Amino acid sequence: MSLAAEPETRASLSACPACVAAPSAERIAQMAAPREARLMLSIPAAHCAACISTVEQGLEKLPGVRSARVNLTLRRVLVEADPQVTAASLIPHLDRLGYEAHELDAGVLSVTDTDRQGRELLMRIGVAGFSMMNIMLLSVAVWSGATDSTRDLFHWISGMIALPTVAFAGQPFFKSAWRGLRAGRLGMDFPISLALVLASGISVYETWMSGHHAYFDAAVMLTFFLLIGRYLDHRTRAIARSAAQELAALEVPRAIRLLAGAEETVNVAELRVGDLVLVRPGGRIPVDGVVTEGTSELDRSLLTGEVLPVFAGPDRVVSAGEVNLTGPLTVRVTAAGKDSSLSRMAELVAIAESAKTRYTGLADRAARAYSPLVHLLSFSAFGYWMWATGGDVRFAINISAATLIITCPCALGLAVPAVVTAASGQLFRRGLLIKSGTALERLAEVDTVVFDKTGTLTMGTPEPTNLGDHPRSVLDVAAALAGASGHPLAQSLAMACRAGGVSPADVTDLAEVPGYGIEGWHNGRRVRLGRAEWVGAQSLDVTATYLALPDGTVAAFTFADALREGAVEVVAAVKAQGLAVKLISGDAPGAVRDLAERLGIADWTAGALPEDKAGEVARLTASGRRVLMVGDGLNDTAALAAAHASVSPATALDAARVASDIVMLGRNIAPVADALRIARKSTRRIRENFWISAAYNVVAVPIALVGLATPLWAALAMSLSSITVALNALRLK
Amino acid sequence: MEVLTILIPVSLFLGALGLVLFFWTMRHRQYEDPEGDSRRILTSDWDDHPKP
Repeated sequence: MSLAAEPETRASLSACPACVAAPSAERIAQMAAPREARLMLSIPAAHCAACISTVEQGLEKLPGVRSARVNLTLRRVLVEADPQVTAASLIPHLDRLGYEAHELDAGVLSVTDTDRQGRELLMRIGVAGFSMMNIMLLSVAVWSGATDSTRDLFHWISGMIALPTVAFAGQPFFKSAWRGLRAGRLGMDFPISLALVLASGISVYETWMSGHHAYFDAAVMLTFFLLIGRYLDHRTRAIARSAAQELAALEVPRAIRLLAGAEETVNVAELRVGDLVLVRPGGRIPVDGVVTEGTSELDRSLLTGEVLPVFAGPDRVVSAGEVNLTGPLTVRVTAAGKDSSLSRMAELVAIAESAKTRYTGLADRAARAYSPLVHLLSFSAFGYWMWATGGDVRFAINISAATLIITCPCALGLAVPAVVTAASGQLFRRGLLIKSGTALERLAEVDTVVFDKTGTLTMGTPEPTNLGDHPRSVLDVAAALAGASGHPLAQSLAMACRAGGVSPADVTDLAEVPGYGIEGWHNGRRVRLGRAEWVGAQSLDVTATYLALPDGTVAAFTFADALREGAVEVVAAVKAQGLAVKLISGDAPGAVRDLAERLGIADWTAGALPEDKAGEVARLTASGRRVLMVGDGLNDTAALAAAHASVSPATALDAARVASDIVMLGRNIAPVADALRIARKSTRRIRENFWISAAYNVVAVPIALVGLATPLWAALAMSLSSITVALNALRLK
Repeated sequence: MEVLTILIPVSLFLGALGLVLFFWTMRHRQYEDPEGDSRRILTSDWDDHPKP
């Protein structure tokens, strides 16, 4: 315990919230001292006690790491380390321990550290809960027959506890009801606030007049149950928001501009047509342009879905989003800002997004039907009893307050959040993060699943296929050359050789020739690994790299895109659920056909441009289908946004992640099929919950309307319906 | 019924005590990682001496 609280006690020295906001003396002192790095990494695979120790101890062994603490609920690890330690240096270590990790933006720290709203809600729940228990003690005494002055005393004490509680704990509802009222909307919070105010007011009056019934317990209980619903709702959203949106940016919107030979780093937005931009190896090309200097190879997979890197030399047209692989390139900007292909894509996304936000969730639809009905019932009860009793205002108001309380929006307020929390917990355990509140409901309606190929069903990284065909001596040389190159094919070859226990041969004077390959000297003679024409080989029609040996022989290493883990299972499971499956890729027909055949997808399209993908999704939607798009690239972004629901892997480009409803944290794609199943189940549970609370009302409302409702009845109806609804949500498996 | 003059303050005091304890646990962030905390209890790390 004390170990856990160690960093926190320091932060909470100043106890009141106002002092936390003001920079305290200790914080100023901290700022002066050399700052330590606080890094946050997402580790989706962590799931047990052993994972906690492995990750924490593994990280703490590294030099410079001061402490590591795993948060298993959020699947994250917080590392405090010396300033020179970076997340990029920790990720390979975690990988070796068997945990895939992604960096989370450091800015998130401040967000999750001070989840003020969540803590405030918890605080209100606590206050309401403890008041409820005390008032219940007194109420039970009244129900079991306390009379006269004893009953009045108990009512007075209840009131003294209940009024401040409702005033404090009910604030979220009052505030939201007031906001809604000013905007001219009558949401769920208005009848709730009205019930709270009426119940408290009428109880004070009844207590004053030493009446028999006071609803203090009902008012506090209502607040308590509704706050639980509100907190669950908030928690689901907070977890998803902080993790999904803040996965560290893969692309930084900055560029290196060359001005009179000097380099300066500028925002991409400041670039003008005609500017010269330097793109280093490993960097993403920030604008559309033409290469003026340098040779290299470009990875276009995120833009087009092509796995094979393409050669880039002077006069080649490049587009924003491509990744420069081997040599530095100087690019003259031909389109920047609004005209570039990146921003055209962003516009498409924005249009599609706005269409999506128009979707109204089940909860909203229920609230829309519910509020007018409740008000009408309560008001007509008031009118009727005014007429029937000949103007007994006290009796009529009592009845209408009882109606408002007993219609019990607590079951309604819990119906959706309880199910969504249970469902997103299930999905989170499978490595899926829900970003949007209505995503589950939309997912449940899906009848067609469209997959992208590169990076989605495949890993988007080539793997050597014919290592076994080559003699050991050839592999030794290849491993030595490949290990020194930054090219993806070479890196993959080197990794496979390492895994196969190949010891690199002694190759000296290694030099990378950007755009062509790598060369070095082995036993006094030159060896080369690279493009076919450069090493003097016959080019094959598959992805391959070629090794030229001193004796004039050439060895070809062929590659294939590795299938993503779970790809076979996901396609089979989705088909078994009776959904249509489609594969759309920007890659060449041969590669797409092979994959489609391997996975058993009959309906496939190759060579699709980004517009084609979005157009295909739009066409399917127009023909009445609800499409789930699963993709990762920039070329999928518009389609992701246009689809009814969308999923992207955490390794996708930010634009794709932003456009999708669900982010897949793990490497395995199989959980997508589970997500569809869970979504359908949870929508069914939500509907059931609505029916359950409706059933309670059908029984309880007539009793309230005829004036037979007692506070005991109200308490029973309220707690029973809330508990049934919560239990029903927990049945979700 | 005289006993009420003692019992009611006692029950109110106990309720308030519970509330204060709840605030204390919240201020020390014991609700940040419910799943992890429930698993940590099972590990034998730092069983012999507290983490330095």
